[in-house]
Amino acid sequence: MSFLEYAPAPESRSVVDIAPSYGLFIDGAFVPASSSGGVFKTVNPASEEVLAEVASAGAEDVDLAVAAARRAFGPWSALPGAERAKYLFRIARIIQERSRELAVLESLDNGKPIRESRDVDVPLVAAHFFYYAGWADKLKYAGFGPDPRPLGVAAQVIPWNFPLLMLAWKVAPALAAGNTVVLKPAETTPLSALFFADICQQAELPPGVVNIITGAGETGRALVEHPGVDKVAFTGSTEVGRQIARSVAGTRKRLTLELGGKAANIVFDDAPIDQAVEGIVNGIFFNQGHVCCAGSRLLVQESAYDEVLTALKRRMATLRVGDPLDKNTDVGAINSAAQLARIRELSEVGATEGAERWSPPCELPAQGFWFAPTIFTGVTQAHRIAREEIFGPVLSVLTFRTPDEAIEKANNTPYGLSAGIWSDKGSLILAMADKLRAGVVWANTFNKFDPTSPFGGYKESGYGREGGRHGLEAYLA
Amino acid sequence: MSGSAFNLRSFLHGLPGVDKVGVEARAAALGTRSVKTTAKAAAIDLAIRMVDLTTLEGADTPGKVRALSAKALRPDPADPTCPSVAALCVYPAMVPVAAEVLAGSGVHLASVATAFPSGQAPLEVKLADTRDAVAGGADEIDMVISRGAFLSGRYDFVYDEIVAVKEACGSAHLKVILETGELGTYDNVRRASWLAMLAGADFIKTSTGKVPVAATLPVTLVMLEAVRDFRAQTGRQVGVKPAGGIRTTKDAIKYLVLINETVGDDWLDPDWFRFGASSLLNDLLMQRTKLTTGHYAGPDYFTLD
Repeated sequence: MSFLEYAPAPESRSVVDIAPSYGLFIDGAFVPASSSGGVFKTVNPASEEVLAEVASAGAEDVDLAVAAARRAFGPWSALPGAERAKYLFRIARIIQERSRELAVLESLDNGKPIRESRDVDVPLVAAHFFYYAGWADKLKYAGFGPDPRPLGVAAQVIPWNFPLLMLAWKVAPALAAGNTVVLKPAETTPLSALFFADICQQAELPPGVVNIITGAGETGRALVEHPGVDKVAFTGSTEVGRQIARSVAGTRKRLTLELGGKAANIVFDDAPIDQAVEGIVNGIFFNQGHVCCAGSRLLVQESAYDEVLTALKRRMATLRVGDPLDKNTDVGAINSAAQLARIRELSEVGATEGAERWSPPCELPAQGFWFAPTIFTGVTQAHRIAREEIFGPVLSVLTFRTPDEAIEKANNTPYGLSAGIWSDKGSLILAMADKLRAGVVWANTFNKFDPTSPFGGYKESGYGREGGRHGLEAYLA
Repeated sequence: MSGSAFNLRSFLHGLPGVDKVGVEARAAALGTRSVKTTAKAAAIDLAIRMVDLTTLEGADTPGKVRALSAKALRPDPADPTCPSVAALCVYPAMVPVAAEVLAGSGVHLASVATAFPSGQAPLEVKLADTRDAVAGGADEIDMVISRGAFLSGRYDFVYDEIVAVKEACGSAHLKVILETGELGTYDNVRRASWLAMLAGADFIKTSTGKVPVAATLPVTLVMLEAVRDFRAQTGRQVGVKPAGGIRTTKDAIKYLVLINETVGDDWLDPDWFRFGASSLLNDLLMQRTKLTTGHYAGPDYFTLD
């Protein structure tokens, strides 16, 4: 056998023990859904195998969860910050101890490569809890007044692309600030949140401080519209974000939204080309492109176009698509049949509208939901694939001539979550970053996250910030 | 500044820059590849075939060199299926001794030359050093560049020196040691790689092994990108040799992964990639025995030299 084809190197599934069915985590215990609820199945998108049956919370269950969070709020918010910090530190350490189990679980339920869940997701989850644990006793000094108060019960609805990481982004600052939480994970990826519930038990977190209710859109709607909720935090599509904004308008509820994006990744002709190509690949193919801040629009300076495209195609040919649990997989499975259909539809539109489609030769597994890494060249601002969020491994390539044109094109989108700049010239990077209307601007890197760094959008990418000192503001009054 | 010096400078400074954080992250990511079972067995045999088994000590004697030559031919006396290494690498004074053992075996004989390791000698001395080694039977010459001249921007001086040594080599292959640990930046590594290739190097090599920082994955990655781009522009393929500090099978496999995923299988061959190493060989042999027999043999089952 040639060395070129690495032998299969699968991570063992035996480190994670998935129960056949899961209830709702309310008031510190797992309970079955009430008669108003039901059950649904969650599948492994790489094989379509059913992983577990999960309870779907109905209106009564939402009531119970919000009531539990309300009861827990008084004592939890009255704890000295240093005491709350102890729980958060404990949770962070348990996450580290169970990191292998959580990584395998996340890859099974989401379809992302184990390399990413092991090296990116789970370490960042632990880092978020460690970071906000440190803030819990320093809230007075965070710049939000001498005696900032928690808001109360936070309703949190998170997406399926980074199930456990989005949970951490929401739960850690909420608890540090003294709020209690009712969290609804996405319908297609409920398992890591349920394992997190187990971690809360293991950490002996007081009952009701964290409640996890599973279900689909209706459950989420019941939760954010519940009158007992003081704060709504949502990460997901712009369309659902709009509905939530409408439903909380005129109520006392505070709202933060982290929505879609169509980020421009801008490559100048003086860029470090090999690293820029890595950044382009990481920008759009990381997590199968299921990233709200993905660099889905590549803007290349025309004078470097041929060089960049040649290098990009060469690099894409080495991407390893396949079994998410194989340690050498770079691109895993698309999270659901519905998402795959959406990616396929928009890709068809791209081809119909005249853009040129290219994928490296790659063999996709017969079972499961798969989409080959794809680029479209000859894309213009008028194409739908340059305007709409595809949320998949599909890159639209556009060109520009001058820095001004790059800024115009980059900002010419209803979104404004992130952007990337590649150049060896520091002054150019700073001048560009000033003018880009995006919440995060990466320079000579892409898709880098850190708990100390605030994250959030301009325009239709939402409002409010998560992460860093800024992330506390959404949970304090 | 002469016209050619100006052209050389503008060319080298016009090469795309290297982002330090990015190249180190990429090398580290490739370092996490998991190479197991059949792929590992193939990798170990390939790595053995790529070793330039090296002894470069003041204490080298004919006896020591003869012993190492025998090891180069048959690294694992207990297993005839174990391949020979690519070459033996010694000081010029030891070349005739090694040549006697290796003659006709297919194992190459490399000699460091040009006032190795510092390169701080007049050109005439360097050329005489080179001619001596070739006359003694070396078919590969590992030269060092004048880092002082390179760092002070005298690219034409370094270029001319490489051209002169290449001429003195005759038909022997020329490996040009950049001593990347003294170049300070990845930009310099890329420039020095191109400079050496433009001047006629058959191989570019990272290090002498005589300064604190020797071969690293990111440095080798930059050099691999350089040989890839050079071939794309000129049609000529140049080899790469990381040397110094590569001691374990795990390390060696990381380098093979780097080749595999950046320049492809054209370089996965002893003609185009070498490991300059001494202790690496025994670790490769130990892992090879482990894969074939299922258990580890103690260090005493492998020859010292």
